Amino acid sequence: MSTVLEIENLRVRFRIQSSLMAMLNKNKDPYIDAVRQVSFKIEEGQTFTLVGESGSGKSTLAYAVAGLLPVADGSIMFNGDDVTKMNHKDLMDYRKQVSMMWQNPVGSLSPRMSVGGLITEAYKIHGLKDRDRKMEASRLLEMVGLPKHFSERYPHQLSGGQARRVGVARALALSPKLIIADEPTAGLDVSIQGEILNLLNKLQDDLGVSMFVITHNLNVVRHISDRTAIMYLGRFAEQGSTDDIFANPRHPYTLALLSANPEPDPEVIIKDRIELKGEVPSLMNRPSGCEFHTRCPFAAKDCDTVFPPIETVGEAHHLTCHYPRELKGLGSSDGVFHDEYADQIN
Amino acid sequence: MAADPLGLMGLCLVTFMVLSAILASLIAPYNPIALNIMDRLQGPSWSHLLGTDQLGRDLFSRVLYGGQVALKVALVSTGVSITIGTVLGMIAGFGPRWFDGIIMLFFDTIRSFPTVMFALATVALVGPSLSTVIIVIIVTQIPTYGRVVRTQTLTIKSSEFIKAEIVMGASTFRILFVHILPNVVGPLLILASMDIPTVIALEAGLSFLGMGVKPPTPSWGSILNDGYTLIRNTPWPIIAGSIPLVLVTLGFTFLGESLRDQLDPKLRKSL
Amino acid sequence: MSKVPTAGNILTIRDLSIEYTTDRGVLKAMRNVNLDIPKGSIVGVVGESGCGKSTLISSIIGLLASNASVSNGSIEFEKQDLLKLSQDDMRIIRGARLSIVFQDPMSTLNPVLSIGRQMTDIQYRDKKTTSEKRQRSIDMLTSVGIPDPESRLNQYPHEFSGGMQQRISIAMALQAEPSLLIADEPTTALDATLEVQIIHLLKELQSKMNCSILFISHHLGVIAELCDYVVVMYAGEVVEQGTTKDVFKNPTHPYTAKLLECDPASIAKKTRSLPTIPGEIPDLVSLPPGCVYKNRCDKAMEVCDSKTPSWTEFKGGHFVRCHLVEEV
Repeated sequence: MSTVLEIENLRVRFRIQSSLMAMLNKNKDPYIDAVRQVSFKIEEGQTFTLVGESGSGKSTLAYAVAGLLPVADGSIMFNGDDVTKMNHKDLMDYRKQVSMMWQNPVGSLSPRMSVGGLITEAYKIHGLKDRDRKMEASRLLEMVGLPKHFSERYPHQLSGGQARRVGVARALALSPKLIIADEPTAGLDVSIQGEILNLLNKLQDDLGVSMFVITHNLNVVRHISDRTAIMYLGRFAEQGSTDDIFANPRHPYTLALLSANPEPDPEVIIKDRIELKGEVPSLMNRPSGCEFHTRCPFAAKDCDTVFPPIETVGEAHHLTCHYPRELKGLGSSDGVFHDEYADQIN
Repeated sequence: MAADPLGLMGLCLVTFMVLSAILASLIAPYNPIALNIMDRLQGPSWSHLLGTDQLGRDLFSRVLYGGQVALKVALVSTGVSITIGTVLGMIAGFGPRWFDGIIMLFFDTIRSFPTVMFALATVALVGPSLSTVIIVIIVTQIPTYGRVVRTQTLTIKSSEFIKAEIVMGASTFRILFVHILPNVVGPLLILASMDIPTVIALEAGLSFLGMGVKPPTPSWGSILNDGYTLIRNTPWPIIAGSIPLVLVTLGFTFLGESLRDQLDPKLRKSL
Repeated sequence: MSKVPTAGNILTIRDLSIEYTTDRGVLKAMRNVNLDIPKGSIVGVVGESGCGKSTLISSIIGLLASNASVSNGSIEFEKQDLLKLSQDDMRIIRGARLSIVFQDPMSTLNPVLSIGRQMTDIQYRDKKTTSEKRQRSIDMLTSVGIPDPESRLNQYPHEFSGGMQQRISIAMALQAEPSLLIADEPTTALDATLEVQIIHLLKELQSKMNCSILFISHHLGVIAELCDYVVVMYAGEVVEQGTTKDVFKNPTHPYTAKLLECDPASIAKKTRSLPTIPGEIPDLVSLPPGCVYKNRCDKAMEVCDSKTPSWTEFKGGHFVRCHLVEEV
């Protein structure tokens, strides 16, 4: 199995002050790091999911991979070429092979273009004149389960679910190797969330396309993802195979996220739910040491002074924590967090 | 449209004014510059619908031909200023910040000039004529459209669909002209239709001050100018010059408001 | 008619039907809705897009759109039918006896006024001094967990994070000690870890103040954890109502059962093929006869095509609108 995308030590910064202001505020860095020291790989035909809450930097990372943002440090290797250093021609080539599905289903479609025009626009952009746009539009609509006459509709005439499918169709136009999906289930009713996820799974099975999914919804991760990374303040707190993450979550933040997931079963009382104190710190004031220590219920010696190195705790399972947790006895193989775990509060 | 009587009225007025200007040579009973001192300063009658001026020229014919001047000024100046304003506005909104700064400085400089002063300066350089008027109007109108387009562009620039186009590899040209332009054109049309009466009045004003069309060419402004000096003798030249201005202002205003309501989906009642 | 004794209710909705006049025709947004909120309880409303949640809320707080008309029914609150009250009378109730928290705190909070100013402004009914009102605001902020409230009173909404803004909205809603708090998807826009905090907070405040809460959400897990009773809405009707335990453990209406099945959180085993409910809600302007769910129901029978099922008490306190129950 070959690697489609390899990210190495990626850093994405935003400028929040002019250099002049920064000089006046002496020690203030005019930049903030939205993404810091992120490394991971996406293999062919696999789905890698990024989980994180607001402010985690997950969207920034997705945009950087999509080539929308400049990168301050590190590399994004695609087919042996570094995306961050590509010239215009290579970047256009990259754009043919990596496409994106957007969080806002209707808002990501140009309002004055018809559905048919939108999903085949890539052919026009990349100068593929030999393609019959009408035929391709029908083919793509069929692939995503929409009737052919939708080609004539306009974005404002689509429901959320339909618009999402159009987004998938558009992403498939050039048979990409990688699709970046930003919150594919956001705003969808629970009863139709499955439709999009099933569609994505089926397309992956049929076409072998890799997917890079960004979501804050842990529930869907388990069903579509091969590998998962949990992001906090721009870094990966933990990353590993999805099965492993759900069965053996080690980082306290992962545990908190899993336990925060209320189950639709009123009889389940989540014992020892990990409730995080406080709020996510501002990126302008990153905590010292382990950046999670201000909210971590298990913070102990060294957590506030020393940044934990990346440790490997299982097969391709990495995390940054001084005191990784451990689920005692029954590992949650069914993925539902309601077992007791060893009390290791120092 | 039937549900919008004012809009319909506006459309009728505008159509009427435009047609009467275009067909002036067919409708006008007299040559607008033909002198007939014997019949000077007459009030309205069957032979002279709006009376005659101090040189015996038929005011009705002069008003009709004046409409041609108004139309020419309105169309040319609005057309050119919209085009230039839109291009500059889109580039300012979409391009790099420093470029935006330069364009905005350009716009603000123009806007800070009182129009009449600017006209005077231009006349001093180029001499009075219809072209002078048109140039002045174009230059002063560019920032009006430019600013609107820039604001719209800035808003649209951060939309998700624009990001989607960038990620697909669309060129800046394509993004500007295929995706941004169609979405800014709506408010522009409305602005233009409501600006046209202003432009026409501006021409009339400049001609009134003697900076526009040279006599004996009729323009509504020059008719008003003549009428102004004759006001103690007869009010009819002033009335003759004012009527078309009032009609054209009402017509375009009603039409413009109706267009705005039609194009803005939130105001439109049906969906 | 529901047989739940209404004496113990803070809010009783009976047979409520609301229509909207649109260009395409009359839209029957709500039909024969029954809802009970017992005193001191938390009632959850679950439903997806088009179920009528917004209309329900608007009808309770008396802010229905101008093209809406109540064709039938009553909303009894503290011995008054809210539907029969004038806007002036409703204004007296709103904010004092009845208050609401919305999904987006930035639409509740005025961005140009400090939160202290907003919190004292809404105490306009009380005959207290300004410093007393300020103190009350400080106490409320403390009870919702805003650290250092005294100094933060002068800050503006944008200076707070989303989670804090929502807490402030809750503080404002509960300041007048209303008997009923309506919470319209208050945690939908928040991250899971914040959601947990807010749920916890609501539970705490509710038991302290003993008010009732009407909690609208599409997040089944949260409803299961927070609510005592749950009401399931579909396309403008209430299809099932009962204690959370009854409804979640023994979902009787096929829609409820399917909804629970579809919730990815309830799917224990990892699967590449998640269940969904195929189809869409019917057009509420040209509503076909019979049961509104029939075109998507996996248990539809012939009678469902012609006859609308009646509201039946299937078990003590567990109601459902479905022919399957009537058959039994």
